[in-house]
Amino acid sequence: MTRDSLTAETVSSEILPKVFTDWFRAREWRPRAHQLDLVGLAEKGRSALLIAPTGAGKTLAGFLPALTDLVRRGQARRQPGSATERGVHTLYISPLKALAVDIERNLATPIREMDLPIKVETRTGDTPQSKRQRQKLNPPDILLTTPEQLALLIANGDADRFFKGLRYVVLDELHSLVISKRGHLLSLGIARLRKICPGLQTIGLSATVADPEALQAWLMPQDPDAIQKLSERIVVEGGAKPEIFILESRDRVPWSGHSARYAMPEVYEAIRRHATTLLFVNTRSQAEMLFQELWRINEENLPIALHHGSLDASQRRRVEAAMADNRLRAVVATSTLDLGIDWGDVDLVVHVGAPKGASRLAQRIGRSNHRMDEPSRALLVPANRFEVMECQAALDANYLGAQDTPPIGEGTLDVLAQHVLGMACAAPFDADDLYREIVSAYPYSTISRSSFDRVVDFVATGGYALKTYERYARIRKRADGLWRVSNPQIAQQYRLNIGTIIEATELTVRLTRQRGRGANVRGGPVLGKIEEYFVETLTPGDTFLFAGKVLRFEGIRENECIVSKGGDGNPRIPAYAGGKFPLSTYLAAQVRSMLASPERWNELPPQVRDWLKIQKEKSVIPSQEQLLIETFPHENRFYMVTYPFEGRLAHQTLGMLLTRRLERARARPLGFVATDYSMAIWGLRDMGQMFESGELSMENLFDEDMLGDDLEAWLAESWMLKRTFRNCAVIAGLIERRHPGKEKTGRQVTVSADLIYDVLRSHEPDHILLQATRVDAAAGLLDIRRLADMLLRIKDRIMLKRLQQISPLAVPVMLEIGREPVVGEAHDDILAQAADEIIAEAMGGAE
Amino acid sequence: MNRVTLAVEADQSETVRMAQIVISGTTAICDPLGALWLPDSGVLVVSDLHLEKSAAFARRGMLLPPYDTALTLQLLAAVVDRYRPGCVISLGDSFHDSEGAAGLGASDKDCLAQLIKGRDWYWIAGNHDPDRPSGLTGDCADELYCDGLVFRHEPAAKRAEAIGEIAGHLHPAARVVRQGKGVRRACFAGDGERLVMPAFGVMTGGLSLKHPALNRLFDQQRLTAHLLGRDRVYSVPFSRLVA
Repeated sequence: MTRDSLTAETVSSEILPKVFTDWFRAREWRPRAHQLDLVGLAEKGRSALLIAPTGAGKTLAGFLPALTDLVRRGQARRQPGSATERGVHTLYISPLKALAVDIERNLATPIREMDLPIKVETRTGDTPQSKRQRQKLNPPDILLTTPEQLALLIANGDADRFFKGLRYVVLDELHSLVISKRGHLLSLGIARLRKICPGLQTIGLSATVADPEALQAWLMPQDPDAIQKLSERIVVEGGAKPEIFILESRDRVPWSGHSARYAMPEVYEAIRRHATTLLFVNTRSQAEMLFQELWRINEENLPIALHHGSLDASQRRRVEAAMADNRLRAVVATSTLDLGIDWGDVDLVVHVGAPKGASRLAQRIGRSNHRMDEPSRALLVPANRFEVMECQAALDANYLGAQDTPPIGEGTLDVLAQHVLGMACAAPFDADDLYREIVSAYPYSTISRSSFDRVVDFVATGGYALKTYERYARIRKRADGLWRVSNPQIAQQYRLNIGTIIEATELTVRLTRQRGRGANVRGGPVLGKIEEYFVETLTPGDTFLFAGKVLRFEGIRENECIVSKGGDGNPRIPAYAGGKFPLSTYLAAQVRSMLASPERWNELPPQVRDWLKIQKEKSVIPSQEQLLIETFPHENRFYMVTYPFEGRLAHQTLGMLLTRRLERARARPLGFVATDYSMAIWGLRDMGQMFESGELSMENLFDEDMLGDDLEAWLAESWMLKRTFRNCAVIAGLIERRHPGKEKTGRQVTVSADLIYDVLRSHEPDHILLQATRVDAAAGLLDIRRLADMLLRIKDRIMLKRLQQISPLAVPVMLEIGREPVVGEAHDDILAQAADEIIAEAMGGAE
Repeated sequence: MNRVTLAVEADQSETVRMAQIVISGTTAICDPLGALWLPDSGVLVVSDLHLEKSAAFARRGMLLPPYDTALTLQLLAAVVDRYRPGCVISLGDSFHDSEGAAGLGASDKDCLAQLIKGRDWYWIAGNHDPDRPSGLTGDCADELYCDGLVFRHEPAAKRAEAIGEIAGHLHPAARVVRQGKGVRRACFAGDGERLVMPAFGVMTGGLSLKHPALNRLFDQQRLTAHLLGRDRVYSVPFSRLVA
């Protein structure tokens, strides 16, 4: 749908009101074809998906239909008592608060310059109560908000009046919204908005995705009995091809690890040669480490800043402001900067560590250079040798335009439970009507009536087989057949627990000057937040990296972690949860294919090429579809290393399951460790010899049936499942969300989610929350689908290579042993050890 | 291993190892199920049962699984069966709130009545349940003195009053770390003069013995945590615990 700009000009005068064409002309701008196309479709009453790269004027395009419609309706809406209902006209939803604020600023300019009678306001978690009240009485024309705020607004008794005149919903960064539980909640919210205003149109703004039709379906109301409805689609082709380079280092590329420390002199050089550089990393601890390293060699004192989600909000805002004013030369950032905030003139993006996904790389590179017609420049810095191959694969993919965004996924039941309670808070509901409304939301279009009814039962009385909670029901079906909330406190609780983002319990990090005095000291400034489980591993005197500083742990006071300046020495780096993306299926296949094709090795740097050549000599190179298994002895242990290239999560699950099976086969396994590319198991017996003698069958060991009983048995006792359960239980409203500053109410009011999980598992293994938990864990933490696909792929294609010593390809994973914690739970034997060592001491070793 | 898992498997445990301790001259046995047995007087002590805890939450809109009372009673039945005591002392917070006893389900109520029948039973008043549990037999008391020991819910603040004291209320728990792995369990906490009992209820949380509210009650040189394991009590000196 592209037209040349000349036609665009003639068309624009037909489509846009005069005040707009005058404004464009005064600025010597021309509306772009896709912007006009979108206005045209919207005028015809269509919903549409706009897919465009950064810098294509996507946001203005998204708002043009609203702005032009409001201008055409003119003052009529403003008259008191006018026929047109004076509610919100356009709702804009963004995944980030900061983005909403940014958009408000960007819209202010054209509205002021054209003197349009349009009121734009934001509503986020930070909006003061007084402003919220005023917004309810006197809504703006355009309201900029987040999915959580939408959920709150529609759960209000006033929702019908507030949204009566709604015409458009603009969904920004739709590709990132839809894949999470937030997206599920949002889809249900939009289904409700459609019920209030049946003619509602949606406008989705998205980066390039693998499956645009899914997004088009997401934007439309679905009818499970009819053919799938799709919105219109406008695609803007990417501008100039990005220039991407893989960093070539004078130093050796390390065998393993993720720090990329070796390349810092070259990275610093690159920063010096560019005006503004964005450095992306995959985890917060990497960001801390890199920032520290760069400042260590920052002889010119270039202004280099740090930005990640754990830092104090005010500090992040300062960095963002400095960036927008072009006062910084470089920012080290995690995914908090992935999404669309407008930056100053970034002319280089450095990606440290492998990108893990081709789409993610494309979006991050899009951060540089917001003028579409000039190429973005990007530098990839692999942290180890496998990452060199991954970077090369991603680079090829970016040129090919290949995409590997994750699928939308089926709507989850915990989110549905939250929504059902919210709808009861809004107004009494009829179960048949609500079910019809819910299945119109794309992620929920296949949910069965019986599942829905079980969710309603869960919301009402907990959904237990033992019916003892009828008298405490949160919602009740009355004589008129409508479900109502039992009392106003329920609605109050609902509002406090809304949302799908469950943060790990965090402590505030506060800096004190009084070193070595423990936690009972006068506090200084707040540096940010840090996960509680990490702090629990510290003892006073330990040092760690945080907010770009080496800090010394002093102690914990209530919900604060007290620290002092740490001075020198080797700090322990925070091992933050999350932030480690699994290698995408698409890139994994590319890496396998590169490995299998020696003719492509020439693309790789000489060190890596040599490494693969030696592997070919000493062991073997598997074909793309084969799974290579190597066995070898090493330091009194026997090792089995496999190379599935399916990402760390799937490998961890595989490791757990194989260890169980090897145990049963009496191979006496001792442990395993997983990386994104391979997995190593070690034990007391030679597994290669067991395979050859037929004592152990390769086919049986890797049979898909491991995903049956073995998986069930392991899952039942897995701590991973408990962690997932906690999140589901909070989202579904079974246990209350922890609110910052309210933790002091003490242990009596909180109940451990682990205990609830154990009670449910023993008494109601089919409870709806356990179902939701298993689905979540299978998709997320365990990556079971991927493992299943892999087991199917390698059936009858396993290649065993018995070696007398470690192979070149095995070196990276072998180096991870001891560095990565061995996964598993601690049991009573730890207690026995602690108790018995006292006895041994008392006996003077005589026992 | 937590108390829920214990309760589910309680009837299966065969051989257990208890810990024998002395409190102000009186011999006592710490049972891994979390009860204290006084062999000389034939008294069994349990503390902080918190029966009907999930019902208390349900009244406030949090619909926790309604199975905790039955599980706690299952544990209680197992330990009563093990010692066949002439007298049972429940050291307070037997019910999670004052409405708990009245709301007991019929089968739970029967089960409890069976346990009480044929022996002396004392309900010590706790902060959660200051009044007599309605509809249940047994005697009530704020404190109880017996064979040189004193039984009360909240530990006395003054050390002089603490000699021979057996109390509950604080739900002591302790953590041990070996080889980078940590294990946290409910525990008995005692220094030879006084003892604080672990919470017996399956849905109770714990307070670390490293917390000053707990350890300031004791002579830390002599303080030992008796941690509840699956079929054994593990005794670890205070100095070897981590927070």
